[in-house]
Parts: sequence; C-alpha cells; structure tokens
Amino acid sequence: MNYNVTEKGYYGTYGGAYIPEMLYPNVENLRQNYLKIMQEPSFKEEFDQLLKDYVGRPSPLYFAKRLSEKYNTKVYLKREDLNHTGAHKVNNTIGQILMAKKLGKNRIIAETGAGQHGVATATVCALMGMDCIVYMGEIDIARQAPNVARMKMLGAEVRPATSGSKTLKDATNEAIRDWINNPVDTHYIIGSAIGPHPYPDMVTRFQSIISEEIKWQLKEKEGRENPDYVVACIGGGSNAAGTYYHFLHEEEVGIIAVEAAGKGIHSGESAATSALGKEGIIHGCRTLLMQTEDGQITEPYSISAGLDYPGVGPLHSHLYTSGRGEFYSATDDEAMTSGLELTQLEGIIPAIESSHALAIFKHKTFKPEDVVVISLSGRGDKDLDNYIKYFNL
Amino acid sequence: MKNRIHSKMQEDKKLLSIYFTAGYPALNNTVQILEDLEKNGVDMVEIGLPFSDPLADGPTIQASSSKALKNGMTTAVLFDQLKDIRKTVSIPLILMGYFNPMMQYGVEAFCKKCQEIGIDGLIIPDLPVAVYHEEYQPIFEKYGLINVFLITPQTDDERIRYIDSVSNGFIYMVSSASVTGSQSGFGNTQQDYFKRIAAMQLKNPQIVGFGISNSETFTQATTDAKGAIIGSAFIKHLTANGVAAIGDFVQHIR
Ligand SMILES: Cc1ncc(COP(=O)(O)O)c(C=O)c1O
Repeated sequence: MNYNVTEKGYYGTYGGAYIPEMLYPNVENLRQNYLKIMQEPSFKEEFDQLLKDYVGRPSPLYFAKRLSEKYNTKVYLKREDLNHTGAHKVNNTIGQILMAKKLGKNRIIAETGAGQHGVATATVCALMGMDCIVYMGEIDIARQAPNVARMKMLGAEVRPATSGSKTLKDATNEAIRDWINNPVDTHYIIGSAIGPHPYPDMVTRFQSIISEEIKWQLKEKEGRENPDYVVACIGGGSNAAGTYYHFLHEEEVGIIAVEAAGKGIHSGESAATSALGKEGIIHGCRTLLMQTEDGQITEPYSISAGLDYPGVGPLHSHLYTSGRGEFYSATDDEAMTSGLELTQLEGIIPAIESSHALAIFKHKTFKPEDVVVISLSGRGDKDLDNYIKYFNL
Repeated sequence: MKNRIHSKMQEDKKLLSIYFTAGYPALNNTVQILEDLEKNGVDMVEIGLPFSDPLADGPTIQASSSKALKNGMTTAVLFDQLKDIRKTVSIPLILMGYFNPMMQYGVEAFCKKCQEIGIDGLIIPDLPVAVYHEEYQPIFEKYGLINVFLITPQTDDERIRYIDSVSNGFIYMVSSASVTGSQSGFGNTQQDYFKRIAAMQLKNPQIVGFGISNSETFTQATTDAKGAIIGSAFIKHLTANGVAAIGDFVQHIR
C-alpha cells in the first residue's frame, strides 16, 4: 500500500482539491511549485538554519524513565514542546513563510483555534517583516486571551470570525474568503495537514523533520532506527503526520492516533472524527468529517481547543480506512489525568492536546521490550487555567 | 439533450437571473418566491441549497444560509417543496449549492430527483471542473442536467477554453476577485475583463454574477455578456421588505 500523496493529490480516495474556481490560480501555482521550491538548495539551507538557530532543533528525544516504569514499557517523548513558541506548529510556519517569499507574496493570512498556529504564524511574520492577519472565531478569542495578546504584540491583526459557530472551522472559512478576495499578494498559511492539495502534503513534509530526527536519535539510544510504535494526538493531524512520515512504509512500526473523545464518543460532545465522521468535503478536502445526515458540518467539542476540528487530514482518513493506523480516542477526563500524571512523574506540563496522546496508556498495554515514541506536541503554559480549574489546584 | 436553459439562451434579449436561498426568510417561501419571480419577468432562477460552510459566499448569503438551516431547510425538504413546481413555473431553474450535501444525498440520487422535479441545471462552486469531467459528467448527462462552471478575472485563457469545452449551456462569469456580495459599480478593470472574454468568442454564452445589485450594474454587466445574476442584493431586499414586494425589486432592474 502507498501512503504518500498521489500526483493528483489523493491518499486512497481522500484528498484532492475541491475548491471554488476563484482559488484555482493560487492553489494551482502552489501545486506546481511547492516541491520544486522545497528542493532548491537555498530554500533547504534557510529552512534548516532557522529550524536550528531559531526554533532550537533538533528537539530532544527524551527517555521518560518514571513513566516507563509505571507502564512497564520503554517510553520516549519527542519534545516538540521545547520548540520556540511552544509547539510543533512553528516547523510548518517557518517552511510556509519561506515558501511565501519564494512565491513573491508579502501578505500572510492564517486561521487559528486555540491560537497556537496563530502565534506561530505571527512569529514568523515578525521575523520576515510581513503583514499578518489571523482569523479566529469570536468564541475562541474570548477563551484564549493570552494567545490573542501574543499575536497582537507580534504585530498581527486578529480578525474575529463571526459567522456560523464562531470557532475554528469558521475562522478557516474566513481565511479562505480572504484569499478569494486577495488573489494576488496573499499566501494562506494553513495550520494543519488539511485543506486542498497540496496543503496536506506540504504541511506533512515540513513537519516530517519530527520523524527524521526520531530515526537518528533512536539509533543513538537504542541502536535501531525504528520504534515499535509512534503515537500522536490528532486535530487536523499535522504533528501526527510529521511523527509518522518516515515510518509510514516501515511495516514493523505501529502507527497510533489518539483523537479527542470530548465527553465521550457518543455523548454528542466529541471530536473523534474517525469514529463519528463520514466521507465528505471540508475546506476543499475530501476526507472524513463530522456532519449531519443532510451533509451540514457539525461543531465538534473537546476540552482542548487545538483538537476540536470537525475533519481530519486526508492522510489520516487513509490510515484509518486502510487499517495502517490504530485509532483511539481519549475523553477530556482521560487526557487531563494523563497530563497531570506526566507533570508529576517527569516534571513536564504538556499541552492538553498532547495529553490526549499520553492517554494511550489508558487504552492499550504495551510489552516491556516495546519502544514507544510519543509526540509531545506542545507545552502546557497556554492551558494552565484549564488545568487549574479542572483539578481545583 | 433538450433543456430549458438552451432555449432561454436563444432568446433575443439580455437575461436577468435571480439567486435566492431556499428556506429564507421563512422555510416555506420557496414556491411563492419562484412564482413571483417568473410573474415579474425574471428569465431564470438559481435556487440556493443552504450549506453550513459556504466558503465562496459573502456575509449576506452566509446569513441567509444559516437562517434557512435554522428554519429547517434540508435537501429532502427542498425537493419536497419543489415537487409540483413545474405546474406553475416554466422558466429555467438551477440548483446552486456546495458539493457535500449532494454527496451525502448521493450524487446519482440527487441528479435523478432533479430530473423528476424539472430542474435544468446545477451550479456547484466547490466541484472542480476536472473532477466533474473525470468522475461525474455521465451521471449529470444521464439525467439531462447542465452543470455550470465559473470563470474569474484570474482564470487564464487556456483554462477558459477548457471550461468552455466542458460546458454546455452557459458560463458563469464571476465579475471580480471576490466572494459574493454587492458592490457599488464596475470599474475599468472589470469592464476590460468583460470585453476580453467577449472577444474570445466562446461557444457558450456568459452570464455575469457577483456584485450586480441594480439597473446600473446590470446594464454594465450585460453590455457584452448575455445576462447577469443578482443574488445578495435580492436577499437584502427580501430581508428588508419581505416576500410581498418582489415585483418592486425586479421592476427596478430593467
Ligand atoms: C500542542 C498542539 N498539539 C496538537 C495540536 C493539533 O493539531 P495537529 O493535529 O495539526 O497536530 C495543536 C493545535 O493547535 C496544538 O497546539
């Protein structure tokens, strides 16, 4: 089975570019050029340099001794939380801002839910001196005040999305509409492995630095490049895609995805897209998405703002449908407890999104000799309020 | 293939087409709006099937879509409302909507239902011409439906020729680089674009849409093109004046 994107932009039956004609010239321009640009030596050099000196890569692969003892297996954490701006998101925004420069664009737009991708985008725009407009649902603006303040301090304009459910999916709609209205000077930096082709593949390639590093880091520590399992949480699926990328075709590596079950898969308040979704089209991409019988896209729920997207990237739909990936979902409660557990066993406060990946231990038992690499996609600073409220700290 | 759109395009006049969102302002206004539009001399109608995430639409159509969904509009409800429409309305009817609700209904079942009702064509902004061409064209044709594609000021000549070759009815010419919504008038850039397309001598006539709001913009848009489509401005009129005053709006256009 092939898990890479096809020439036409599909993973199995998922993917493609279901976009209005107004977006065609920009998306087509990107499609024709992204691989060429990514292979240019000047691009690679600047990308690598920034990842090293600005983001702080390579991020450590940390053997979590006490967590390993507790679950009687060998757990490594890939420390994306130690990146500049506190999450994996910046790997993609660095790549895309350089791409935008090569394409001759000088105005950047982005969508954000929790604000992590918005901050990562505002950061690279400050770095490159580009105009930055971030669309954010009106409701998210109210519940993510610190990240809104960060974006503003970085010089970005935060525009409220007031349509529909006023959250991430609507912010994404607004960003797409902005791109339709500004077809010449603007590049849209999508924040996850979603959207029309070539976005899912481009974002995956920028994030694939995660698994590239895991390979040589694991070789140093364990004498082998391939772990037995790689585990990641999935919102749209960018940290997961980056964590899996170099293992997709290594059959001995188990691929594990953890989605957000919210208050329970069948509670009506969930974001477990693979379990609840049906094939359809969201934001230009044919993929699994949560929707009504009539094909209206529904609003997901999770305690973690970064996971409440009603769709999932097309690669992950393909991993799910083909059986290559094992899909689990963790409830709010399971994630929060797992987050606190990591904090107290290892002294690391994870983002609530990442806590979902850690909750894998509530669903699956590993063998003592298994090497399990978990993507610690972000740090928990942004979530302190939530943790404090939840645990009455 | 015999289709009302084809005969309409043969008429020796500039065509006025109106878009409205089904289920707005009230769930059951659909039939009355269609009958009144025909009575007042409108040539063709686009019936909007509301979608939760209409990403090519501006605030007016977004708001009407949300309201229509809240009112209870669904694909099945719309088909039911339209089941006897051909007893009272004879102008071409086009369903305009996003692809996801059609996929969920089943593309073939959807097309079949359209034929039973007497729908002449479809406009699906997020179904790209290449995907239609490779996957769905035989189904649409089996049920006698014309699928209408968009071109914009950014569409290059080669692609316009390709779209013209796949089209069969008319080409929906988006007036400017924008989502739907009214603007106050067309400047030189747009008029040059209208002329450039006219000079291409395409096989399909062009109908201009996006930003037509009154008799002035209608006249500008139809100097070179076969006709024009009014959407947001009509919806605003419905919002302000209700369904009783449709004649007032149409009479002021031409
Ligand atoms: C720390 C962190 N992890 C994960 C995610 C989920 O996104 P993705 O599935 O694209 O990795 C987010 C999104 O905001 C995030 O901030």
